[in-house]
Amino acid sequence: MRTFLKILAALVVVGVIALLAFIFVPVQTTGPKTALAADYQVPDGAGAYAMRLADCAACHTAEGGKPFAGGRPIESPFGIIYSSNITPDNETGIGSYTLDEFRAALYDGIRKDGAHLYPAMPYANYRKLSEEDVRALYHYFHDELKPVNNQVTETKLDFPFNQRWGIRAWNWVALPDAQFVPPFQDDQLNRGAYLVQGPGHCGACHSPRNDLFAQAGYTAADDAFLTGGEIAGWSAPNLRSGASAPQSWDAEQLALFLATGRNAHQAVTGEMTLVVEDSLQYFTDDDMAAVVAYLRRIGTNGPAPESSAPASSGDKSPAGTPTPATSENDTSKLLASADPGMALGPRLYLDNCNACHFNDGKGASEVFPPLDGNSLVNSQNATGLISVILNGAELPSTAKRPYRLRMPGFADRLSDDEVAALATFVRQGWSNNAGAVTADSVSALRKQGGEQAAEQSGGR
Amino acid sequence: MARTDPRKDVVIVGLGWTGAILGMELADEGLEILALERGEDRKTVPDFEYPKIADELRYGIRYELFQRPKNSTLTIRRTLDETALPYRHLGSFLPGDGVGGAGVHWNGQTWRPMREEFILRSHIKENFGLDIIPEDMTIEDWGVTYEELEPYFDRFEYIAGISGQAGNINGKIIEGGNPFEAPRSRDYPLPPLPHTLDAEMFAKAARDMGYHPFPRPAGNASQAYTNPYGMQLGPCNFCGFCERYGCLNYSKSSPQTCVLDALKRKPNFQYRVNSEVLRVELADDRKTATGVTYWDESAGEEVFQPADMVILAAYSLHNVHLMLLSGIGQPYDPNSGQGVTGKNYAYQMNGGTTLFFPDKEFNPFVGAGSNGMVIDDFAISQIDFAKEGFIGGSYIVSGTTNGQPIRGISMPRGTPSWGAGWKKGVQEWYGHAMSIGSHGSNMSYRDCYLDLDPTYKDRHGRPLMRMTFNWKPNDIRMTQFMRSRIEEIAGTMGAQSWQSSYKSEGAMYDVRPYQTTHNVGGAIMGTDPAHSAINRYLQAWDKHNVFVMGASAFPQNIQYNPTGAVGALAYWAAHAIRTDYLPNPRPLM
Repeated sequence: MRTFLKILAALVVVGVIALLAFIFVPVQTTGPKTALAADYQVPDGAGAYAMRLADCAACHTAEGGKPFAGGRPIESPFGIIYSSNITPDNETGIGSYTLDEFRAALYDGIRKDGAHLYPAMPYANYRKLSEEDVRALYHYFHDELKPVNNQVTETKLDFPFNQRWGIRAWNWVALPDAQFVPPFQDDQLNRGAYLVQGPGHCGACHSPRNDLFAQAGYTAADDAFLTGGEIAGWSAPNLRSGASAPQSWDAEQLALFLATGRNAHQAVTGEMTLVVEDSLQYFTDDDMAAVVAYLRRIGTNGPAPESSAPASSGDKSPAGTPTPATSENDTSKLLASADPGMALGPRLYLDNCNACHFNDGKGASEVFPPLDGNSLVNSQNATGLISVILNGAELPSTAKRPYRLRMPGFADRLSDDEVAALATFVRQGWSNNAGAVTADSVSALRKQGGEQAAEQSGGR
Repeated sequence: MARTDPRKDVVIVGLGWTGAILGMELADEGLEILALERGEDRKTVPDFEYPKIADELRYGIRYELFQRPKNSTLTIRRTLDETALPYRHLGSFLPGDGVGGAGVHWNGQTWRPMREEFILRSHIKENFGLDIIPEDMTIEDWGVTYEELEPYFDRFEYIAGISGQAGNINGKIIEGGNPFEAPRSRDYPLPPLPHTLDAEMFAKAARDMGYHPFPRPAGNASQAYTNPYGMQLGPCNFCGFCERYGCLNYSKSSPQTCVLDALKRKPNFQYRVNSEVLRVELADDRKTATGVTYWDESAGEEVFQPADMVILAAYSLHNVHLMLLSGIGQPYDPNSGQGVTGKNYAYQMNGGTTLFFPDKEFNPFVGAGSNGMVIDDFAISQIDFAKEGFIGGSYIVSGTTNGQPIRGISMPRGTPSWGAGWKKGVQEWYGHAMSIGSHGSNMSYRDCYLDLDPTYKDRHGRPLMRMTFNWKPNDIRMTQFMRSRIEEIAGTMGAQSWQSSYKSEGAMYDVRPYQTTHNVGGAIMGTDPAHSAINRYLQAWDKHNVFVMGASAFPQNIQYNPTGAVGALAYWAAHAIRTDYLPNPRPLM
């Protein structure tokens, strides 16, 4: 018995020591994966460009705040995480970071003081950054940018998520190997794979999360990679299925959407708006072509066909051209009948939506997104659609398409029941086939929406 | 106490079509630019958003988008011996206000003047002899030809995304277009809009009489469109709320849809709203401007904004007012004929015939601002001035440009204008009337001009501008000629009845009923500083760093809506500034 107790005590002691070591022994950080020449100089402009590729602005710039001075609230399932100040301010930013410390934050999610960053920082993806891009980012944030003294709100999650040491364990199981491995024999495809997997960190939103809330796959070798995720309650669509954008749009339309947030098929909404505005519009044509080529290559059912079906949008028909009355478009016929006895959903569509999106639900190329076949409309989770009906949506201003085209919100015009009826009609009209929307789900989003609308009208 | 702000390279007065265009073109030169707009900022959403903008009472009757006379107006008289009185209630014309200016509330009818209109005096001299010009008529050549402007018309039409059907491409006549138009270098950027029933009936009747109907060129997009600035239009849905309204649908060509978000991306361009320019400040030698002084409404103070160049891009009347207040060009004196600033104010001579068809349904709730079929068979280039006894011409048009439920209703004369009789009339006639209109030229005259009013002052203590304008026999003969032609066409169309409304002999200018917001002249362009206020590059003759945009440059009014020419002149002037003036600032002529 005494022997047993001795062994038990010893085990407890070992356990406690191990736990203390786990909490307090500094994590081994990852060093450079490529040895650059001793006199390596970051090329002119490479810093700012790497910043755009990695889309640092979207999270590290607050609404109305100074660029990269942090403080933007990021919603996570565990609570609100505030982004950090990454300007080179010594007191509140990263001014005192060495290159190795900076790389550790990008690769390992380790702060200068050794604390773990919450994985809202996509270090699991940035682990793939080339040493050239790490150096470029360090140069940009440490040497080019002007320091901004801005103490951001401290992130305070509930227990146990406020115990940052726990992330160490998560990192063991969740993190992929550092360093990007080119999967193809083709330079363009490899460049695209690098941009998507690494700096672009597309998987952070567009891949599902596993039970440990880790990204389910970091390369296309994983079946789940880029097959759709969720962010702030909105669906981030699948990018690999047969019906997905990269698989069903042609390369030109995909590039146009990524660079401008609009094309013949879709208009950008939700968090992706910031990705277009702060990051994708700055991609060089070559890099954009590489991203497009890669995304079209990694379809679940194999590469996308060279020339996809032509744009489904009715953009070539002059305004007022009647929709051909075929049995396939009962919805169009119903709307065109303008029958005063029609149900609430189509009547609301006619009164509120038809002017721009038309009775064929096909809108107008690059200006009014089609609703027929639209991924936001048909998403299993209707949050995005309901939010757009309530609060409207605004396209970002980009170099190729500067217009901040904005759809008005209808929150002050339609009741919860009406929004539900309208959304249900749109989700089931034309060729759409998605679930009904309840007034309760509208009500919940309406409460949230008031705050978001106030933020949006402030602009950036 | 005036504040002085840091110097700019360019200050632009007014942020409508021409201010936005000049901003865009000059920003490309890397200049630091500030645009000052006295009205509010305006965007499609929320300012024109559906359904709030489709409010006839607020926008159509109460003029929400227009200037408030208490803030800005002018005095008007008809003859030199009348005392001018302030225009206290908007009526005859509706100057716009706010970002986008008149480009927000127009209908979108976008024309190129005829080749002959740019050289009107020379055209008459060559073909009819100068002695057919009445003694008091002061018409001039523009100093720029259609051929010189063609690339800039093209540029404006492609920026504005005009829907239309070319009639003459490089001399080749195109079926279905206007065979009388001057040659264009290529087709319109968008195909024509579809037509309403009234337009189709008119076109058929006109065709049967041997005339040449064609679709009216429209700043209402027939399809989705992306312009060379990357700006975008969506297809027009014929909602019928166009003139007096902002477009809820991103379909009407406007500074908002065609320029502004592209311009706002330029780091060297800024604009301020609620900033009314009070005067252009001049150097001691009065040979150049040094900037402008404006009223900063939010700060409640006057601001001196120094600038190396001043672009007057306000509404035509306000450009002239600022020139008169600032001493740019010698004020015109109608008695001596001396002076240039304020000279040759002109308007537009319009008329129309309404036809009643109890058995037709015109669906008048379906309309677009530039909808319509037109004939130019009686255009300026087609009229024998010597034979017909007038100088001028019209285009003749039918189409539903206005689908507003109340203002859009036409009823036979004699129907009560209120009460139960009116309601009965509306029930009986709504949807059963169409009209054919004449949109005609207006010549300039010795005693039609703009100067400073001797009595009335505005809220800033500045003298109001005084307009002296009246209808003249030449133009009344022109519109009566058009009446005869239109009634001939109407007579073939099988209407139960029709009624006409044209100025007749002895008609005096009446400022109360709305006529048109095509106020032109007053700062006319030309090649002789004794006869014009600005040279052919829109540069003030006596202040070389002041350029004056807008229809104030027209020496007399064209037979068309002015915006196409205003846009082309803006690009023409911008080109001269960029290629000739900036490398060596000086008088360009």
